[in-house]
Amino acid sequence: MANVLAVTEQRDGALRKTSREVVWAARQLADALGGGGTVDALVLGAPGVDAAGSKLGEVGADRVLVAEDASFARYAPDGYAATAAAVAKAGGYGAVLVAATAGGKDLAPRLAARLDAPLASDVTGVGIEGGKLTATRPVYAGKAIQLLRLDAPLAVVSLRPNTFVPGSAARGGAVSKVAASAVSRVTVREVKAAEQGTLDVAEASVVVSGGRGLKGPEHFALIENLAKALGAAVGASRAVVDAGWRPHAEQVGQTGKTVSPQLYVAVGISGAIQHLAGMRTAKTIVAINKDKDAPIFQVADYGVVGDLFEIVPRLTDEVAKAKAG
Amino acid sequence: MKIAVCIKRVPDTETRVRIAADGASIDESGVKFIVGPYDEFAVEEALQRRDQAGGGEVVAVALGPDAAQETIRSALAMGADRGVLLKADRIPADALAVAKALAAELKDGGYDLVLFGKMAVDDYHHAVGPMTAELLGLPCVTAVSKLALEGGKGVAEREIEGGLEVVEFALPAVLTAEKGLNTPRYPALKGIMAAKKKPVEVKPAALGESRVAVQSLALPPERKAGRILGEGPDVVPELVRLLRTEAKVL
Amino acid sequence: MAPRFEGVDFYDVGSLLSEEERAVRETVRQWVDDRLMPVINQHYLEGKFPLQLVPEMAELGFFGANLPEEYGCAGLNNVAYGLIMQELERGDSGVRSFASVQGALVMYPIHAFGSEEQRKRWLPQLAAGEVIGCFGLTEPDYGSNPGGMITTAKETKDGWVLNGAKMWITNGSTAKLAIIWAKTGALEDPSSIRGFIVPTDTPGFSARDQKGKLSLRASDTSELVLQDVKVGKDALLPGSKGLKSPLSCLTQARYGIAWGALGAAMGCYDEALRYAKQRVMFGKPIAAFQLQQQRLADMLSEITKAQLLVLQLGRLKDQGKVSPQQVSLAKRNNVDMACDIAREARRLLGANGILAEYGAMRHLANLESVYTYEGTHDMHTLILGEEITGISAFE
Repeated sequence: MANVLAVTEQRDGALRKTSREVVWAARQLADALGGGGTVDALVLGAPGVDAAGSKLGEVGADRVLVAEDASFARYAPDGYAATAAAVAKAGGYGAVLVAATAGGKDLAPRLAARLDAPLASDVTGVGIEGGKLTATRPVYAGKAIQLLRLDAPLAVVSLRPNTFVPGSAARGGAVSKVAASAVSRVTVREVKAAEQGTLDVAEASVVVSGGRGLKGPEHFALIENLAKALGAAVGASRAVVDAGWRPHAEQVGQTGKTVSPQLYVAVGISGAIQHLAGMRTAKTIVAINKDKDAPIFQVADYGVVGDLFEIVPRLTDEVAKAKAG
Repeated sequence: MKIAVCIKRVPDTETRVRIAADGASIDESGVKFIVGPYDEFAVEEALQRRDQAGGGEVVAVALGPDAAQETIRSALAMGADRGVLLKADRIPADALAVAKALAAELKDGGYDLVLFGKMAVDDYHHAVGPMTAELLGLPCVTAVSKLALEGGKGVAEREIEGGLEVVEFALPAVLTAEKGLNTPRYPALKGIMAAKKKPVEVKPAALGESRVAVQSLALPPERKAGRILGEGPDVVPELVRLLRTEAKVL
Repeated sequence: MAPRFEGVDFYDVGSLLSEEERAVRETVRQWVDDRLMPVINQHYLEGKFPLQLVPEMAELGFFGANLPEEYGCAGLNNVAYGLIMQELERGDSGVRSFASVQGALVMYPIHAFGSEEQRKRWLPQLAAGEVIGCFGLTEPDYGSNPGGMITTAKETKDGWVLNGAKMWITNGSTAKLAIIWAKTGALEDPSSIRGFIVPTDTPGFSARDQKGKLSLRASDTSELVLQDVKVGKDALLPGSKGLKSPLSCLTQARYGIAWGALGAAMGCYDEALRYAKQRVMFGKPIAAFQLQQQRLADMLSEITKAQLLVLQLGRLKDQGKVSPQQVSLAKRNNVDMACDIAREARRLLGANGILAEYGAMRHLANLESVYTYEGTHDMHTLILGEEITGISAFE
């Protein structure tokens, strides 16, 4: 029961940031379970991907299991699910952890069904109580927090990105190969890259979002510049996505993405409930708005009232200075 | 074309959440229940595909309490042909248990397509659709934002971080709908009247054990009150200082 | 982005509705939020009826919704019909007026007084919004006294020749069809009034937009002129006979208006409440001040009373038991209270209340027309007075 399997995610042969979070969380869980459980990290990818998994010992992986297949270069839903299920069945694990990314949200339920295991999705906390796995997760658009108990010898859990911030827990992390099961009922034919090709709003640890206060799509350059200075992803309110200024992939809120970054900067966003639902669990919230009565200021840790066209460029400058200095 | 759409009766997203006395569920008094918004995209897609194919049947399937008949009737009012309610007083928190009951119902239906919304807006599991597909042994694409079907094959697009995945599959298949797949129609008034006459079969849900229990449901901790630092760009250096030293996020 | 309207229902009147009635209300409510609210201010300011929305309204079944399915209508009961009017007018009185005219004043008389051919010919097209109709009763000098009309219809070998003028006709300039009420006998004889289906492209028929309106601006209000308009025998609505016929159409429309005014009041109250909770003055939201709370409490009381009033009226109508006087009471009460609520809501909104961005002043202006048309408030007062006392005080 005590072993934990962490399923990682790679893109173009490199592990995504969430992979370290999942392995770290697996380490914490294995330690909590006691009994000297091991943490195995599973890496799936095209031949040669084993190199990507070499550093996972730093965040607590005892072993790194690599399943390679040409068809695994991109996420292959059935192949990944079949392979991970086979590994999970063989290893005597008590829990299988996956990051709740777009790929992970697709993979985890398939895995759970194949393993006939209960699933807790997009969780913000995991624990043990009375020998059973518990999971904390936001529900009702973040308006309530649920504590689930999973009652089975094996459970699958997907973890909300950016929530399990990795520390260090040096372990062996020895890499070895395992069999890849390249079955497929669907084929990923291609991936069309997004124009910006940059950091996704659900993964980034800093997000700068723009709303209608920007007055027009051309002014979003202000947001992009601040995001660049902060190393942040660009987010958008529903209003500007509906108006066609920004793509749906950037939308933060109830009908867009739910994000949990370390820092969320809301620019020209009034703070409607639907938007708050998507970002209220951010660790620190900064709001910039010309209306001091805007609801966003009620959730912001730090607020600046005034003209964003003056404030944002100034902030970009000051951030750049602070990072350089 | 024969299409099944699995829908769920959920509280309206505008609902103010209050915790019930049992500390593990929401207080339902005064709560308005609706068809899940993502499920509506699935219903609309089913109707359009049936009509494009020149005919067939759209069956709306729900697992839930008796009141879910009203939810099914909303789908019938949009244009679905008949409904099936798998009756269960409480919808289990165990998505796999729900998927098993749905799979048992759908298994012998001869469906070309089984559609779901990508997730339910109450529990946010994102799971029942793909789980059902696995149990039925069918190809599955989740969070579909664009769909093309031709001659027993399909091409779907789904958003992933930093791009769009293009996925191919053969029918029969299970798909879960993302916002923007289509524009769901309003139930026309004639449709609302016609829904009353369409058949809805009610049977007990074949639910096995639920291995996921809700131990507690609580309101999120109040964020500690923040503060407005001041007005105008001159406040910015102070903001940056606080982000560095106090919040430690810079 | 405007918040979605969730209704006003302090006494859980919703639980007295059937599932279908609630579903009907929901469809119209959402359509108004999604399709009407984003464009109504612009249309109101420009003085243009949003004609482009007619096909959608038709497709959803808003026109003649309480007429039978065999004519392409939704076949709803009268409570559901009322709910449609309520939700449309929560959006705008001008848009609800369009639906009232199309349904209660054009489709209803064709259904009630027309031949089967006329019904089959026109009702499906009217339901589908392919043909827009208008109702020609009121004249420049004959408003509250329609029996005094001077529009005439003289019988000829082949049909009829109509002469006269009508005024304050909703949809007059956009309509393809006009239901014209005219005297077929002596001008002193209102019992000779009969109804005629007149295509508006008939030679001699002209319509002109009435300009300079400060109310119902998002509505087409026109004068009609009929100069030797020749129509065939089949233009006559065979079942129409005397003033009773157009008045019964008005009773249908007035019934819908009683619900509609309630909708306008609900919209004003809802907006005022949201504003009061958000608008901060002297360090607290204005909702914390006693005078504003009193305004809101008064509004809610009137809305709640009006809600129960029209619900019972609708149930009576569905039972075939309703009298025109019962409809008069509801129209008079609900429009009057809605006028007050719109005004008080406007005041609560302060300076912001004069902007088109907020609905209160638009509703306030619109409701003045609703107070006056379909029987002025004062006329309904006398209708009730006569009913109650048995004594006519009209003259």
